Amino acid sequence: MHEWALAEAVITAVQQIAEKEKLKEVKEVTIKVGELQQVERDILQFALSQLKTASFKNAKFRITTAKTTLKCRACEHTWLFRKNKLDENTAEAIHFVPEVAHAYIKCPKCGSPDFEITEGRGVWLENIKGAR
Amino acid sequence: MDPRTTVINERLRRIGRIIAVSSGKGGVGKSLVATTLALTLARRGHKVGLFDLDFTSPSTHIILSAKNAQPKEDKGIVPPLVKGLAYMTLVYYSGDQATPLRGADVSNALIELLSVTQWGELDFLVVDMPPGISDAVLDLVRLVRNIEFLIVTTPSLLAFETVKKQVTLLRDLKVPIIGVVENMKMNRAKNIEQETKKLGLKFLAEIPFDPKVEEAIGDEKKLLDTTLAQKIKEIATDNAI
Repeated sequence: MHEWALAEAVITAVQQIAEKEKLKEVKEVTIKVGELQQVERDILQFALSQLKTASFKNAKFRITTAKTTLKCRACEHTWLFRKNKLDENTAEAIHFVPEVAHAYIKCPKCGSPDFEITEGRGVWLENIKGAR
Repeated sequence: MDPRTTVINERLRRIGRIIAVSSGKGGVGKSLVATTLALTLARRGHKVGLFDLDFTSPSTHIILSAKNAQPKEDKGIVPPLVKGLAYMTLVYYSGDQATPLRGADVSNALIELLSVTQWGELDFLVVDMPPGISDAVLDLVRLVRNIEFLIVTTPSLLAFETVKKQVTLLRDLKVPIIGVVENMKMNRAKNIEQETKKLGLKFLAEIPFDPKVEEAIGDEKKLLDTTLAQKIKEIATDNAI
């Protein structure tokens, strides 16, 4: 599962931050997941619980979802990404590499493929709470 | 923070050597050299991966005729074996669509693929780079330990002028350069060889222009029977690689 690879990245990053900040215990980790990547939250949560190491065995993982905002560079129109407007194969391709959205999505106002993902791309480590 | 970069070197840990095949300009035959090098190393019994990082103009899938290949999911993405190579390309996801990516998008897609691709154990990973000194070069050098560059040029001084800039950048970034290959040579001039040596770099080979190469696109057996492949085989057996 693709979510496992992302979970492993989160765990490794948390471990590195905990060591740098000299945290004896990690209590809570907040992860923001952008809608564009369509990460299965349950699988991510399960993978995180399986991969976490001794120093944060009691840590809670809070996963929040961020809406994906796209902004056209040609006409400056801003719109929200909606998975249900895509066919299954396209949605899956964007799930693996969100940037391929540029191959399939166009500005609904002017039709340009030149847009910016201004918010809600992928997995983001937002906050870590712990004790020294 | 973006957690993805923390696992990249773990994903690449079991790879012996990572060789980025690069060029200052496009159109010098870099993708053909990269693919032929990967196939040659694989035919010599090595475990080899090929990673197409030329996201906006990918072509190795055409050279390999990799139409039906698809990666598998297993705690990440496992590249399929194509003609004996563990092969990864953005084309699995973008299809034949034009994929207009700006610099930040190239970086993001590159980081995504590096962080989720499970290469496993390889002797060599050959990377087909986009031309020039753009974001992909800077990101790869920043994120991948032990990367080495092999530079492809044509006999044109215009192409070599861009090679000089690339060499300066790579040296500033303290990245090893294996050497320079002069591709599509149509005369006996030695100026590229001399210029390469002046830069203190190894001149690996001059590859004559071979019309058979175009006919061999999509057929790896024919490709390995070209003068291009013969010259690359010589590089690979000459302890340069």
